[in-house]
Amino acid sequence: MIRFIINRLLQGLLVLFALYTITFFLAKAMPGEPFTTEKNISEEAKAYQRALYGLDKSMLEQYLRYPINIVTEGSFAVSTSKGRPVRDIIAQSFPNSLILGLSALGIAICIGVPLGVISAMRKNSWVDWGSMSIAMIGICVPAFTVGPLLQIYIAAHLPGLKVAGWGSPIDIILPALTLGLTTAAYLARLTRGGMLEILSQDFIRTARAKGVPSNKLITRHALRGGLLPAIAFIGPSFAALISGSFIVETIFQVPGMGQHFVNAVIARDEFLLLGVALFFGFLIVIMNLAADILTGILDPRVRLDSNQK
Amino acid sequence: MMRQFLIFLATSTALVMSGCDSSQTAVDKATDKGILIMGNTSEPKGLDPHIVSGVLENNVIRALFEGLVVEHPSKDGVALPGMAEKWYPKDPQKPDEWIFELRKDAQWSDGTPITADDFIFSFRRILTPALASDYSFMLYYIKDAEPYHKSQRTYLLCRDIAPFKDNWDMVKGVDLGPNGEAEPDFNKKGIDHLKIEELIELQKDPSLFEWPENISERIRTLIVDKNLEFSQSDKSLWELINFGASAEGPHTLKVILNSPIPFLPEITKHYTWFPVPRHVLEKYGKEKVWERIPEWTYPENIVSNGAFILNSWKFNEHIEVKRNPKYWDANNVGINGIRYLPISNLYTEDRMYYDGQMHLTYSLAPELIQYSRERYPNEVRNELYLGTYFIRTNVTREPFTDPKVRIAFSKAMDQEALIENVLKGGQKPAGGLVPPFGEYEASNSVGFDPEGARKLLAEAGFPGGEGLPDIEFLTTDKETAKAMAEALQAMWKQNLGANVKIKQMEWTSYITTMFEKKYDLAAGGWIGDYLDPLTFLDMWMKDGGNNRTGWHSPKFEVLLKKAADTGDPQARYRTLEEAETLLLSERPILPLYWYTRNYLIHQDLKGWNPLILDNHPYKFLKLERQQKSKSEK
Repeated sequence: MIRFIINRLLQGLLVLFALYTITFFLAKAMPGEPFTTEKNISEEAKAYQRALYGLDKSMLEQYLRYPINIVTEGSFAVSTSKGRPVRDIIAQSFPNSLILGLSALGIAICIGVPLGVISAMRKNSWVDWGSMSIAMIGICVPAFTVGPLLQIYIAAHLPGLKVAGWGSPIDIILPALTLGLTTAAYLARLTRGGMLEILSQDFIRTARAKGVPSNKLITRHALRGGLLPAIAFIGPSFAALISGSFIVETIFQVPGMGQHFVNAVIARDEFLLLGVALFFGFLIVIMNLAADILTGILDPRVRLDSNQK
Repeated sequence: MMRQFLIFLATSTALVMSGCDSSQTAVDKATDKGILIMGNTSEPKGLDPHIVSGVLENNVIRALFEGLVVEHPSKDGVALPGMAEKWYPKDPQKPDEWIFELRKDAQWSDGTPITADDFIFSFRRILTPALASDYSFMLYYIKDAEPYHKSQRTYLLCRDIAPFKDNWDMVKGVDLGPNGEAEPDFNKKGIDHLKIEELIELQKDPSLFEWPENISERIRTLIVDKNLEFSQSDKSLWELINFGASAEGPHTLKVILNSPIPFLPEITKHYTWFPVPRHVLEKYGKEKVWERIPEWTYPENIVSNGAFILNSWKFNEHIEVKRNPKYWDANNVGINGIRYLPISNLYTEDRMYYDGQMHLTYSLAPELIQYSRERYPNEVRNELYLGTYFIRTNVTREPFTDPKVRIAFSKAMDQEALIENVLKGGQKPAGGLVPPFGEYEASNSVGFDPEGARKLLAEAGFPGGEGLPDIEFLTTDKETAKAMAEALQAMWKQNLGANVKIKQMEWTSYITTMFEKKYDLAAGGWIGDYLDPLTFLDMWMKDGGNNRTGWHSPKFEVLLKKAADTGDPQARYRTLEEAETLLLSERPILPLYWYTRNYLIHQDLKGWNPLILDNHPYKFLKLERQQKSKSEK
């Protein structure tokens, strides 16, 4: 088990370095530079600014310096568009995205999994079609439609709920719902698929033949295996949820991480871009690993340690 | 699982209900506390007045810092006392030397007195090349500010010695400053920027530098020798200049300008002229004060001199300022604080306003103007703003080398139809480049005239658009930019028979492409920095960094020079009007409309009057509960 984890972490490091390399060169390939503004700035001022951020160094030096600084100083450089350390920006915005992402995931699981299980149990009934149609809509309707609809038809009429803003716990509800609904829809479909496969297996038929009650059959026997596809999906999608969403954040005025991905590109802020991309990559690596470990625990057929084969 | 979900639902409902007090909105509560809540589009890049260059930063900085004079709350172009109690030109006929008498009771928010030295320090700081301020040129009016900021070492060393005196033009053509395209290496760096070793090398072998032929051996040697001598001394460039600003006493600031400027107080309202606290910056190191130190503006460190001080700054959430008890006019400050919300999505901002979450929006989405007028008739504002939207033509490319073609394209644009059907923001059709304000007479030479346009195009050799090459219209990737470009494309097709292709680019790429002049027509605009026509006109000089059209005219520059030397404001305006007429007669830019600002303002907020620069002085505002029931909610 430990060997498996170490192995995967080393792989993860490789993935992160590849991610860094690709992001770095893509950022360099963008036209313009961070100091391009509508007003003309003198060449001298631009040269000073480049020197300030180390952008006057050779490409190779810049390429090597960033990861070295991360390892030696724990520094992700200073954002050229915000004028403050990238580490501070992530440290301030990630907790908000984490809370929002966790709530969204909670909503997604609470809605998606039961919906999937019920659909599977009542296969080809109106319950199944109804819930799967809703799930399909959930997947297809984008957040920039759901968000404003929730603002206009729910927040504006329900006292206590704000259309946008961040500060009190209530403010999490609408953005979490917007963010969670799509994931809920995917989860419902994956759970249904997983459950159907399990329910058609011999051991379930045997259990049913032995007279195990339906509830127990689901919770004790089927759910464990039926959830596997959903869990494999939750890992990376959890990483995506907690690293923020540009659309949901701008609609609901959430001070999260998602907007940095877009704004960094627009502002040609390569340090912020590298910082958030690497952070996101790190989350994906960790969450994938966690999902694999969880799968191993739930499904005895999956062995984590190759020695045990 | 279902049970957990139900528990979650019940908890959230309970939370909702506990937080609910339907009788009071966030705005009501804020009004009672005297806190103004306003939209501010985005997170500021910083709060250092010498580093930032944006409108949203200006909105916060104006609360925290105060310059020599402040804006009048309702009259454009009128200055009220700020850090200066009195100000006057020494010679009213020739206002090129000004005295600002500072108030003796002015102090920083930590109690340290503010003196004229604080201003001198601040002017020097923003002009220091190493600070790399975007906006230093706002101080170029001060004598010797420009050569210092541009590190024009040779000019400063040689301007007073015999061969150059009164004849500085003789070195025109020498690469004194950096020239990215020049070869060899020494020319690329420019003589002004060569280091000691390089100068010694150059002294030994002057051919390392490619001198223009008209520069004699003697002059070449003199220039190199002077530069080397200076580099080897311990002197800094600052000691070499006769800087125009000086402290005539602790509370008297004298400013000598390059030429008479009757509107100098207007310029000093700009945040680039604001003082910053030297004693606070020095905490980070005596020599570091000339560099960027973002930390000094963090809430726990910042010291300011305005009506408000920074209370809290939550990244991407809000910036909050509160009353500054040490402010000289603290007793007359009408509100207790301001909360700025960085709302980038304008629909979200407007919905938050409808929801009673803010007093003032930054903007109003064009699609919501009609809705807002119906629901909140007294809360919608549409005001003229000191900005012009125009289209640049690249006069170095066919067919726009011909002024007739440019004017034809200008006359073919139906400004009113565009405003009515596409922009919908109540903008004003531009009659010229400079928007109407004060006593400057705005031009009305631009307008829709399809007949005249066709005639001009035919005269230029393209009757009915025949023979016109395909034209590329560069614009940004915004939805509104696209809609506008499509409308113009149709107008040019219909009225001139021109085939115009639209090229949309994301912001930085668009700017870069325009800088490199890789366009035929390019959407653009300009917001005035101060209340004077010059802010719109001087950019079209030959070396104007924001020109980017390739157009220039010696006659135009003579007129600007003439205006600069004129002390009398009225005569100066007339000369500038003449310059604008000349510019429009050649039409390197096609003015489209004058900007307006649309926004929502809550009835509780008093004293927020239309100001063309939109720089509202916050201290005159008041918040009073309006006795009206909100029908919404």
